Amino acid sequence: MSIEVKNISKRFGNFVALDNISLEIPTGELVALLGPSGCGKTTLLRIIAGMESADTGQVLFHGEEATHVHTRERQVGFVFQHYALFRHMSVFENVAFGLRVKPRAERPSEGEIRERVMKLLKLVQLDWLAERYPSQLSGGQRQRIALARALAVEPKVLLLDEPFGALDTQVRKELRRWLRHLHDEMHIASVFVTHDQEEALEVADRVVVMNKGHIEQLGTPDEVYSAPATPFVYRFLGNVNVFHSRVHGQWAEVDRAAHVAKDDALAFVRPHDIEIQRESSAGALSASVLHVQAIGPLVRVEVEHQGEIFEVELTRERHNQLALTAGETVWLRPRNLRVFQGEQMVSSQTFDLGAGI
Amino acid sequence: MNQIRTVNTESRGVRWTLMALAFAFLFFFLGLPLLSVFAEAFRQGFGPYWQALAEPETLAAIWLTVFVALAVLPLNILFGVATAWAVAKFEFRGKSLLTTLLDLPFAVSPVVAGLLFILIFGRQGWFGPWLAAHDIKIIFALPGMIIATMFITVPYIARELIPLMQSQGKDEEEAAVSLGASGWQMFWRVSLPNIKWGLLYGVILSNARAMGEFGAVSVVSGHIRGETNTLPLHVEILYNEYNSVGAFAAASVLALLALVTLVAKTFVEWRMQKETDMLNAVLPPEKTTATN
Repeated sequence: MSIEVKNISKRFGNFVALDNISLEIPTGELVALLGPSGCGKTTLLRIIAGMESADTGQVLFHGEEATHVHTRERQVGFVFQHYALFRHMSVFENVAFGLRVKPRAERPSEGEIRERVMKLLKLVQLDWLAERYPSQLSGGQRQRIALARALAVEPKVLLLDEPFGALDTQVRKELRRWLRHLHDEMHIASVFVTHDQEEALEVADRVVVMNKGHIEQLGTPDEVYSAPATPFVYRFLGNVNVFHSRVHGQWAEVDRAAHVAKDDALAFVRPHDIEIQRESSAGALSASVLHVQAIGPLVRVEVEHQGEIFEVELTRERHNQLALTAGETVWLRPRNLRVFQGEQMVSSQTFDLGAGI
Repeated sequence: MNQIRTVNTESRGVRWTLMALAFAFLFFFLGLPLLSVFAEAFRQGFGPYWQALAEPETLAAIWLTVFVALAVLPLNILFGVATAWAVAKFEFRGKSLLTTLLDLPFAVSPVVAGLLFILIFGRQGWFGPWLAAHDIKIIFALPGMIIATMFITVPYIARELIPLMQSQGKDEEEAAVSLGASGWQMFWRVSLPNIKWGLLYGVILSNARAMGEFGAVSVVSGHIRGETNTLPLHVEILYNEYNSVGAFAAASVLALLALVTLVAKTFVEWRMQKETDMLNAVLPPEKTTATN
């Protein structure tokens, strides 16, 4: 079932949590709401679930008005950051809850409930824990049970609020992959909230980057990472170097025909989009090497240009070719840069530096 | 190690003095009076004690006390759960006013509370003429005693439940609703089981207070023997009549009730502690799913 959000706004007192948000999520898609805390992503998710009401705007499920439908009737599966398992019920009873509270006419028989719950527990690979209580489970196990519980009522939409936020890195990675897999099997629309950019880029079909109650950019993980629409998205998704037009010359220079004052323009370049060369060439900036450090598969080089420090990431291979040492002077060339003036992107340039360089 | 301990704690002398002070205080002001109640009650042996208790007026007082407590408790539970729910789970205007008012019975002297009800329901009071015209008796009758007792005991359950419900948050309720539970199903299957020990704790405290209440009930009861005399009032009457065995025998019933309350309270506290420990227990190590 598709989800559509139209012109949703929400305030808490003077705080604007959501400012005229519109969004469409087709069936089968897994969408991440990504942003820093306080950007309104959880509020949006709760409005979709019906746990919070919007001040203005509409929520549509499968094209049908659902703005005033009670959470109970929305048929959404909701997974909480802190699991929210029923602490006094066994794992089995937790998963069976949604089936047991159905009106008598729709309620499956005890045997069917048993069968369905065990099937779900097998799906989350925790059928051996059916008799345990939530307090006897680890965090990752709890979250998988919470997911099984949400899936028991066969929701049309799956909503997850920072589902892996309280877990440690290793478990998180495993659950991420597993969630992706699960989603692909179910043909429903899923939305998950996260502040972890890696998580969003790795799991989602599309990423909605939010900031201060509005959507900064909406796109595939590749789009938002390699073609950020705003300076915020650039900074929020990964590392970025910022070159000021006044100081750093041509990098932030904009086509004069566009009549843009170039003084306050900023050029954004990802660390891995900067090439280090030994010889000067057109458009290259001279810089001195401050520090060289190998981090996993990459080598991070800190360079200084006119009093400012920039980060460059090289592959190990490239670094071996260059054999940089601290203190020497090198030349920097961008491979890919985008120039912004305020929030507005004024130019995007890609340079072919050739494979040999 | 030894060095650290002496730095971090008071010296042995100070510790012993503080402990001795606390114990001496408790003994002289709580232990000794309690013992003397039983000593006085049994001064003339078991027979007279039993006889004193079997007096029709004393028995009537015991039953009346139990009856008032039983009448007050369900109302207190209803009000306590509803108030705690509203305060812990919603935001609304006047919330802090509500929590302040909830403390009023602690702040107001019970006698003043009793007088307030006479002012409202008494013959010369606001509703007096209307009540008299409809032949409804509240003051110097059972309804007045129930109302006065309610006033005194109403905060206990809510006070116990508010912090508990606040710490539990709304997540489980929201989860229940998203799974299709109705309001009742959510309450009976999720909310109530989560607060049951806290609720029981509040019930025990409010029950002990209801049975022991003197001031407010004394003002509104009218002291009609065998009719509107609760056990605490009856103790006073007997004592004023120099019926020492009778007075202390009745008092020993109240003292016994206090002891039972203490034991029940300790048990419930222990259960609550156990549940909190269970919730805060260190998580077992993650079982990696290498099997898939």
